[in-house]
Amino acid sequence: MSTLASYPTRWRRPPFIASAYWRWAIYGGALVYLVLAVGSVEVNWARLAEGLQRGGRLFAGFLTPDFVSRWSDIVIGMQESLTMTVTSTVAGILVSVPIGVGAARNLTPLPVYLACRAVIALSRTFQEVIIAILFVAMVGFGPLAGFLTLTFGTIDFLAKLLAEDIEDIDKGQVEAIRSTGGSWLQLLDYAVTPQVMPRLIGLSLYRLDINFRESAVVGIVGAGGIGATLNTALDRYEYDSAAAVLLLIILIVMAAEYGSGLIRARLQ
Amino acid sequence: MLLTIEGLTKRYGTGDAALNGVDLAIPAGEVVGLIGPSGAGKSTLIRCINRLVEPTAGRVFLAGDEVTGRRDLRFMRRRMGMIFQEFALVERLTVMENVLSGRLGYVPYWRSLLRRYPAADVQRAFATLDRVGLLDHVDKRADALSGGQRQRVGIARALLQQPDILLVDEPTASLDPKTSRQIMRLICEVCAERSLAAVVNMHDVALAQMFLSRIVGLRQGRVVYDGPSNGLTPEVLTVIYGEEDWTRSAQRDDDVADEDVHGARPHGREPLAAVG
Ligand SMILES: Nc1ncnc2c1ncn2[C@@H]1O[C@H](COP(=O)(O)OP(=O)(O)OP(=O)(O)O)[C@@H](O)[C@H]1O
Ligand SMILES: [Mg+2]
Repeated sequence: MSTLASYPTRWRRPPFIASAYWRWAIYGGALVYLVLAVGSVEVNWARLAEGLQRGGRLFAGFLTPDFVSRWSDIVIGMQESLTMTVTSTVAGILVSVPIGVGAARNLTPLPVYLACRAVIALSRTFQEVIIAILFVAMVGFGPLAGFLTLTFGTIDFLAKLLAEDIEDIDKGQVEAIRSTGGSWLQLLDYAVTPQVMPRLIGLSLYRLDINFRESAVVGIVGAGGIGATLNTALDRYEYDSAAAVLLLIILIVMAAEYGSGLIRARLQ
Repeated sequence: MLLTIEGLTKRYGTGDAALNGVDLAIPAGEVVGLIGPSGAGKSTLIRCINRLVEPTAGRVFLAGDEVTGRRDLRFMRRRMGMIFQEFALVERLTVMENVLSGRLGYVPYWRSLLRRYPAADVQRAFATLDRVGLLDHVDKRADALSGGQRQRVGIARALLQQPDILLVDEPTASLDPKTSRQIMRLICEVCAERSLAAVVNMHDVALAQMFLSRIVGLRQGRVVYDGPSNGLTPEVLTVIYGEEDWTRSAQRDDDVADEDVHGARPHGREPLAAVG
C-alpha cells in the first residue's frame, strides 16, 4: 500500500479504436466521404418544385377527403386487404412455427437446423415488393398474389425471430423437463412454449399490423387490396379520394396498434 | 447397489477431464453428500448420471440396468428425480403444472398436452404438495413464489417421478441459512420416508455434516474421500479443498433456532402413508 496521493487522479475509458493514428484516419475518412457523397447528389430543383405543388394538392385533398365518389371501390379494396392480412398472418404463423422450432439450434439436430435456416435465409433475400411482382407474374393480378406475398413475408419474419427467441430460453427449465424423462414434444410443450408464447403472440400481432400496411404497398404492384384502389385514385389525379383511402389506412393501423397494445399488456 | 458408477470420465470440448475415472456405489436408501471445490466436477458427475451431460467414458448402472449407452433414455431418466440450485421451475406454469411435469416420463403426450393427468397422478401431486407444505399455492404461477417455496416445488416435482434416486445439485446455494436447513431437512426426511437414495452436491460442509452421514469428496475430477461425515478432519478437508486453517472456519451454529418446515402446518405429514 502506498499513500493515496501517489495514485493517479485521471482515468479515461479506453477508446474503441486503440491506435490514435487509425482513429483519426477512420473517423476523418468517414467524414470526407460523407461530405463528398452529399455533394454528389444531383437535385433537379424544377422537378422538385413541381412535385411540391402536387404534394400540396394531395395535402389539400386531405382537408377535403372524398369518401363518397369511390366508396364502393374503397369498400372492396378494404375487404380484400383485410382478408389478405388476416389469412396471410394465420397461414404465416402456421408455417413459421415449425420452421422456427426447426431453426433453433438448442432443440434440433444439425441437418434439420441447417435446412430450416436455409429456408429462412432464402425467404429473407427478397424484399416484399419483389416477391409480390414474382407472385403477380405467377398467379396473375389480384389478392391471391397479395396473400402469397404476405404469407411469405410473415414466415421469414416470425420464423427467424421465433428461432432466436427459442435459442435464448432459460436452459435450466429445459434441463429440468428433460430430466423428468419428458419426450421431445413434451419438452416443447412444457419448457419451450411457456417461455416463448407471450413473445410469439406479441410478434404475431405486430406482424398483423405490418401485413395490413404491406397489403397497401403490394397492391400498388398489382397484388390487389386497398393498395390497388389507392393506386387507381392517384393515377386518375383524384387526390381527394386518395386522401380518403390514406386516412382510412391510418385509422385502421392506429386501431390495430391500440388493440394489439391492449392484448399485449394483458399477456404479461 | 442401487447406483453403481464405474470409471466415469468426462472431457468437455478440448479441455482437461472434468471427471477422471470416478467409481462410486450407493446402496438403496442412502443419502450421500458430494463436496469439493468449485470446478471439481460435482455438477458434471450428477449430470452424467442421468446423461444431461454425455459421459466420455465409464458406465452407470441404476438397480442393475445400464444407463450409459442406451437409446431409450426416457425410461431411465424418469427413475431419477433431479433437484436444481436455481430451482429450474417453468416460471410461467402453475405450481401444479410444475409438479405434474414430474409425470412426463410416464404419461402419453396428449395427456400432458391437455393437462389431463391420470387421477392417481393428480391425487399424488396434491398429497406431495401437502407434504412439502404448499397446498395453498397449487394454482399460483411458479414465478410468484419465494426461493424456499420454489425449491419445495422442485422437490415435489422430483418426488412425483416416484424415483429410485434423487440427484440434487446444490439445493440450498440460493437460499438463506435457515431456509437452507429447512430444505435439507425436507430432502432427508422424504428420502427416509420412501427409502430413496440421493446424491446431494453441497458447498456448505457444515450443513452437509449436519444432515448427511456419508460424504464423498471430489477434487479435480477424482474421488479423494469417501467416508463418514465425522471423518472430515482438517487434514481431509485440506486434501479435498487445499490448504486453509480449517479449525478456525468450522463454526458451530447448531443452537440457532430453526422452526420445522411444518411448524405452521401440522397436518402436513398425515397423507404420507398414502403417498409412499
Ligand atoms: N458445459 C461445459 N463446457 C465446458 N466445460 C465445462 C462445462 N461445464 C463444466 N465445465 C468444466 O468442467 C469442470 C467441472 O465443472 P463443474 O460444473 O462440474 O464443477 P462443480 O464442482 O459443479 O463446480 P461448482 O461448485 O462451482 O458448481 C470445470 O473446470 C468447468 O470449467
Ligand atoms: Mg456445480
